Amino acid sequence: MNSPAGFQAAKPVLAIEGLTVSFDGFKAVNDLNLYVDRNEVHVVIGPNGAGKTTVLDLICGKTKSTAGSIEFDGRELTKMREYDIVRAGVGRKFQNPSIYENLTVFENLEMSYPAGRKVFGALFFQRSSAVIARVEEVAGEIFLSDFLDKQADLLSHGQKQWLEIGMLLMQDPALLMLDEPVAGMSVSERVQTAELLKRISQGRSVLVIEHDMEFVKSIAHRVTVLHQGKVLAEGSMEAVQSNPKVIEVYLGH
Amino acid sequence: MKNAYESLLGGKQGAIGLLVLATLILVVFPLLLDTFRLNMVGKYLTYAFVAVGLVLCWGYGGILSLGQGIFFGVGGYCMAMFLKLEASDPESTKIQSTPGIPDFMDWNQITELPLMWQPFHSFSFALLAVIAVPTLLALIIGVAMFKRRVGDVYFSIVTQAIAAILTILIIGQQGLTGGVNGITDLKTLLGWDIRPDSSKIILYFVNAFLLLGCVLLGRFILTSKLGRLLMAMRDKEERVRFSGYDVASFKIFVFCVAAAFSAIGGAMFALQVGFMSPSFVGIVPSIEMVIFAAVGGRMSLLGAVYGTLLVSFGKTYFSESFPELWLYLMGGLFIVVVMYFPNGIAGLWESHGRKWLSRFALGNKLFGVPPVKARVLVAKPMEKPATRELETTP
Repeated sequence: MNSPAGFQAAKPVLAIEGLTVSFDGFKAVNDLNLYVDRNEVHVVIGPNGAGKTTVLDLICGKTKSTAGSIEFDGRELTKMREYDIVRAGVGRKFQNPSIYENLTVFENLEMSYPAGRKVFGALFFQRSSAVIARVEEVAGEIFLSDFLDKQADLLSHGQKQWLEIGMLLMQDPALLMLDEPVAGMSVSERVQTAELLKRISQGRSVLVIEHDMEFVKSIAHRVTVLHQGKVLAEGSMEAVQSNPKVIEVYLGH
Repeated sequence: MKNAYESLLGGKQGAIGLLVLATLILVVFPLLLDTFRLNMVGKYLTYAFVAVGLVLCWGYGGILSLGQGIFFGVGGYCMAMFLKLEASDPESTKIQSTPGIPDFMDWNQITELPLMWQPFHSFSFALLAVIAVPTLLALIIGVAMFKRRVGDVYFSIVTQAIAAILTILIIGQQGLTGGVNGITDLKTLLGWDIRPDSSKIILYFVNAFLLLGCVLLGRFILTSKLGRLLMAMRDKEERVRFSGYDVASFKIFVFCVAAAFSAIGGAMFALQVGFMSPSFVGIVPSIEMVIFAAVGGRMSLLGAVYGTLLVSFGKTYFSESFPELWLYLMGGLFIVVVMYFPNGIAGLWESHGRKWLSRFALGNKLFGVPPVKARVLVAKPMEKPATRELETTP
């Protein structure tokens, strides 16, 4: 991990260059360049259909790119399998809370513990004290310490969002990607989530897609505006908000 | 020790359930039934191997295979081939134009034992083949399907097609397989006559112990992290994949385990019933086996055994009395179970029977829940997810 002082000059942890994906001729992402630095909270905003979620899909391998490269920590992701991308250190939260509703909070978190990931490893996986300690540590971070034995589908919507973030934290990823983490959350939950993000972005990079501008303002180090699969503007939140092109895209439609 | 107790028996509740089943098939049936009926139950119990496998791969893994008869059949054929060779010694087949080969080969003008039959002279090879051949077949099907993300209904259709193909192949290759009659007139196992009542009783017990062994192995798998992963995959496959797991490898594994269980059942069928034929390979028996698991409860290893026994008894009884009606009745039963009791008998027991029983038990002590941290956390099969799945199915 590079020191935060040097991160401007350091190589970005994620470098997306010339990325294009075309669905039956429609280019959802078109020759996109995007860089995420180490220890940076980078937020991607943009109108509906701008290709934000598709970008995350491309990074985590859910969608295969038509052209371009995605380099993460010196490794090319576009040719890698999904689970190898995860193991390389990329964690991704889905737009709708995607948790195992039949399992308890504890089991949900344990499932993401990076051990016993192969068939026979899983068969003989033991719940060691290290696993329990790690689960409890992460549960504390995501405000769910008191709910470890609760079945996950009994959690509130906001708690489910936190739980999924917690599942990613279990893997201690170098790059955390969050697709609309505060969608459907109450105001107080949003504030808590912003604090959570600030805390967990210590020592890792976070790429966030979000619509809630107040929330973006409170967390973002850098904002990229995506429009029709391309970067429209990039910079600090203030700079982006006063950019006439951005205003045109957001208000002109 | 504690760990083995938890993971194999599933704690106190699981141990009681297993004990009840073991008592039923090891004590009650042998005491109450005459040898003919006991042999019949033994035959039913060979189907229960398949149903137990289906609980693993369908109930927990979400992989509905409509072709488990393939593995039951191949396992059975491997055993039957060994037994047939033993029954076809040159002495007892001396009236054939080529003595020393199975009778059906002689009828098909085959004059030499085909190459694929040769190794089945060896009992250890046959035993190995009973497990290995079906498992390998499942591995090939699994890799071909799951690595390409063929799933759900497409997988079911493909397995059904393979079951049909295999039946046609067996029937078509009469000289190699005995055709539609199958392999019949099996007599001895390493010189031990399998036909008299005394042998049938011994085989019944061997079969029962093997079945209980498979149930225990199933328990072990389901209480491990792999069991929880299976359920997680069934409900949120993407989340599992993007948590760093190779989803396909887990599906392949559980499909292979289900195939191996089915194959043991098939081999025990050949031993107890004394023949093997393509009518246990194809689509109809494969679907029957799914119905056994559905009626018993696709989320319950023990339930699957009860479901198999119940439906098989029903089949024997009704198909004797109303042969034409039986298929409709079974179809109707399947629909009713899937629509109204998605967790089958085991689900009904969980929701009603246990409550009823605990009134007679010592309050909550016997069925109480141990402290959570210490216990292996196993998600209980719930009524809700299954009904929801049904609702959302277009």
